Amino acid sequence: MSPVSRGFHRRRQDPAQTAGRVPPGQYVTKDFPVLSAGPTPHTALDGWSFSVGRGGQQKTWSWAEFRALPSEDITVDIHCVTKWSKLDTVWQGVSVDTLLDLAGHDGPFAMAHCDGGYTTNVPVADLTGGQAWVAYAYGGQPLEPEHGGPARLLVPHLYFWKSAKWVRSLELRDTNDPGFWENYGYHIYGDPWREQRYAGD
Amino acid sequence: MAGTALRRRLIWQVAKVSAVTTETASVRTLTLDVPDWPGHQAGQHLDIRLTDEDGYVAERSYSIASAPGEPVAITVERLEDGEVSPYLTDELRAGDDLELRGPIGGYFTWEPEDGGPLLLLAGGSGVVPLRSILRHRERTGSTVPVRLLYSSRTLDDVIYRAELEQPARGVEVIHTLTRHQPPGWTGYARRADMALLAEVAWPAADMPLAYVCGPTSFVETVSQALVQSGYPPERVKTERFGATGGT
Amino acid sequence: MEAVDGNAIGGLLHEVFGTEMTGAPSVCGNCGDARPVGELLVYLRAPGTVVRCPTCDNLLMVFVTVHDRMCIDLQGLAVLG
Repeated sequence: MSPVSRGFHRRRQDPAQTAGRVPPGQYVTKDFPVLSAGPTPHTALDGWSFSVGRGGQQKTWSWAEFRALPSEDITVDIHCVTKWSKLDTVWQGVSVDTLLDLAGHDGPFAMAHCDGGYTTNVPVADLTGGQAWVAYAYGGQPLEPEHGGPARLLVPHLYFWKSAKWVRSLELRDTNDPGFWENYGYHIYGDPWREQRYAGD
Repeated sequence: MAGTALRRRLIWQVAKVSAVTTETASVRTLTLDVPDWPGHQAGQHLDIRLTDEDGYVAERSYSIASAPGEPVAITVERLEDGEVSPYLTDELRAGDDLELRGPIGGYFTWEPEDGGPLLLLAGGSGVVPLRSILRHRERTGSTVPVRLLYSSRTLDDVIYRAELEQPARGVEVIHTLTRHQPPGWTGYARRADMALLAEVAWPAADMPLAYVCGPTSFVETVSQALVQSGYPPERVKTERFGATGGT
Repeated sequence: MEAVDGNAIGGLLHEVFGTEMTGAPSVCGNCGDARPVGELLVYLRAPGTVVRCPTCDNLLMVFVTVHDRMCIDLQGLAVLG
């Protein structure tokens, strides 16, 4: 190990406030770091659509149609693989259960496709049962582009790289093909409580 | 000589902080005693690595502020909510160890034989590698004409202020203060834009060499303006520091 | 998150290629843009380091450290060095 730098420490947290809520290896942050693998897309709402399906059979919603769907207020903790966690984040979004019901499809696997070319894979079983949303608001405000707006996938029980920003479709598949980061060695599933950061963890 | 230095192995080594100097309220220069320093070129940088007791590691890059031949020094701006910079500016003291590797870089460097006239464009802490270039020019006795356009928020944010008030012969320093100007200020008072650059930059016909360094938005705006005004793209060298509080 | 440029990964590239790379020529495999590595756009704060073409945003290089190994993808480049 490198020599210890006298007096240097990573940001501290209050263990009492966070007991039981912070997965192994994570630290709690008050800010909301912006991580990206590319430039922030800026998609105009009148050009935005969201689709669910496979092959030629897709259900597609325009922004107006999407916003007319039943939505929920969500308060969740989120955990990034780069080790920061943020507690009690507040979102508004449409449950993926709702979208899958309306699309008349089911899994077993889904690939999220996003503006800018990002992809990530999630089993449909992890997108249903009230575990996932397509979120369009954060902290009571419309989701900002740098945080994934107009809309992002929100799957808080998995590492946050699975909560794909700028999401435009969920493509249903029979195989659990790896998405962008999974291709480079990140874990195919990504459970923060089992610290599944990398393939083989 | 420079070629050999570029091909050597890049290894982490432990240096000692020999002095901490205050430049502005949020900026410090750390002078370092590096046991195996191979020498450096003006414009290069080094990587710093900090390790805490739990084995957590943070790495950052900082431009070298001193000229080749002078003791190695880096200038660090404390970023609000920064993880590393507040440690370097507020905690580190003379006698402490600092793990580093360097020098790094071969694109954003200047030697007297590269010629000029030189146009140096600094946004906030982007002035650091440009100051190394200025000091190297003076130490080598180069007579290449230089204009430095230096954008800062206020006069109190100007780094190396005293040094820049007494520039070497052939060096012209032009400040622009973007947020607040002192009473009686007659200099530029806005962010660098095409019109400002048109007044300050060497004409493209002089075949100048430009070095632009600072926050990404500053570098993008300025370098695009220079190319639009006729500077060949290969004569505009850029180094982006990301989004900082520079300007 | 604003991008930085190839200068910021000078140390990483030196480690990977064994030599200074920021001045090395590169050509984008998508649009043919030719420029020194120091001018490529770099996204540092991500689960990996991503390098893109400043002209067309094509993915040029990806560096991911998984435990003690680094995965390096250079597929997006037509020319490097």
